[in-house]
Amino acid sequence: MFRNQYDSDVTLWSPQGRLFQVEYAMEAVNQGTVTVGLKSEDFAVLVGLHRPYTEMGVLQPKILSIDSHVGISLSGLSSDARQLASYLRTECTAFRHSYDTTYPVSKLVKTLGNKMQANTQRYDRRPYGVGLLLAGYDEVGSHIWQIMPSANVFNCKAMAIGSRAQSARTYLDRFKATFPFCSKDELICHGIQSIHQSHFTTDEMRVSIGVVGKEHPFKILTNEEVESYQRFCLFAVNPDSSQDTEIDENQSNQSI
Amino acid sequence: MMNNAFAQPMWLNGPAPGQFYNFMGGNTQAELPRELTTAGPFGTKHSTAAITTGSSVVGIRYAGGVLVAADTLVSYGSLARYQNIDRVFKINDKILLGGSGDFADIQSIKRSIDQKMIEDQCCNDGVVMKPKSLASWLTRVLYNRRSRMNPLYIDVVVAGVDEAGVPFLGNVDLRGRAYDDYVVATGFGRHLALPLVRERKPKDRDFTFEEASNLIRECMKVLYYRDTRSIPQYTVGICSASDCSVKGPFKVEENWTFAETVEGY
Repeated sequence: MFRNQYDSDVTLWSPQGRLFQVEYAMEAVNQGTVTVGLKSEDFAVLVGLHRPYTEMGVLQPKILSIDSHVGISLSGLSSDARQLASYLRTECTAFRHSYDTTYPVSKLVKTLGNKMQANTQRYDRRPYGVGLLLAGYDEVGSHIWQIMPSANVFNCKAMAIGSRAQSARTYLDRFKATFPFCSKDELICHGIQSIHQSHFTTDEMRVSIGVVGKEHPFKILTNEEVESYQRFCLFAVNPDSSQDTEIDENQSNQSI
Repeated sequence: MMNNAFAQPMWLNGPAPGQFYNFMGGNTQAELPRELTTAGPFGTKHSTAAITTGSSVVGIRYAGGVLVAADTLVSYGSLARYQNIDRVFKINDKILLGGSGDFADIQSIKRSIDQKMIEDQCCNDGVVMKPKSLASWLTRVLYNRRSRMNPLYIDVVVAGVDEAGVPFLGNVDLRGRAYDDYVVATGFGRHLALPLVRERKPKDRDFTFEEASNLIRECMKVLYYRDTRSIPQYTVGICSASDCSVKGPFKVEENWTFAETVEGY
């Protein structure tokens, strides 16, 4: 009942102690297609589902590389994601210039969180409308971090965000105990299969895959590599799935 | 932002001989922070003279770690003013810093470095700065200061081990020049200790800990005998995968009995 009175401004609290503008920004993440991140001891993998392909468009990137040891996948407003990627890249290169080494991943995400928090506390800015999954590898090990428009930054064993991500999360939860011991290929397969859980249209499932790990700089796999992984993994998945085929016509074109 | 004053053509109203052009566009001297202004007319020159100075620092890398030694004297010109000052510092569990040159500048840069270490601790993510990264950062800071004609008049040895236990030994000077090697030294040590250690280096392997310690002892002895701005007391920092600390003070084994054989003594 009170919701509409207190949602006009990000600097306005509701009587229940909620910032509705920030919560609405979190909804923007669900406008983008699902993306998952998972890690083992030595590798961190990102898999992102592409929006159904239209013949006139070229697929917008779902996964962006930040530095040799860090990459992100995004869900939500891709323009906001570009800004954040630019910020992360600048931070990483500046750090390399000063300290002659790669930016420790947990420090990097903390500075990103601090930057995003500023937008939730100013009358003249809006929260970033994109959720990121950040995969990294540094001296501490492999990382998967979830970064949300609320500026919360979560360290994850595995995570899925985006439209209908709950099915992917359920899959990841089921297998999470095995991830630390998986090989790189097994991790990628788990990622693809979890995406498949959230893929509800009859269109061909097009994904992007990014991998980073020990002695393995961040790499976005080529189309050929992605296709061969998809062929290999989806053998096990029942092709005669009885899920309903829904196409959500209200999905905004701003989000990928 | 548009400035009201246009930049002067450079062939008119240039600076007096020996002075610098003011390249700050239309900004008046008063608006800029002190460090960015060129030398002024009323004695606000940035001095490149050191006041209280530390003399040599010697660093030697051995298989498994590094040793850094410096005497405990800070001079005031030719006066041996402060005779009990540690010039080798433990920065964190992986880094030692040996400071020579203007000691106020050493203390100033050390304070900045300590603040960085505290920030690292506050992050609490198990990552500490490595010696190579600190050396790189110092290079950037010192080069920047030198380029603004306001140097930190220091010559430092940065030493330690990285997360895999691989030793690092580097030297950064007041102009932001950095290099790393198995032996580095500053001040008189560059002339006396460097050739001494280089001569003894086995071709195919690193020094052992015993060889490195003996060399440190010998270098500090030679430096005491020959450098007039030194005293026979020194501290030694050791950094390996298992230990990082500053030991001492030690005394040089001085032997002046040969003096009696000198004619006219």
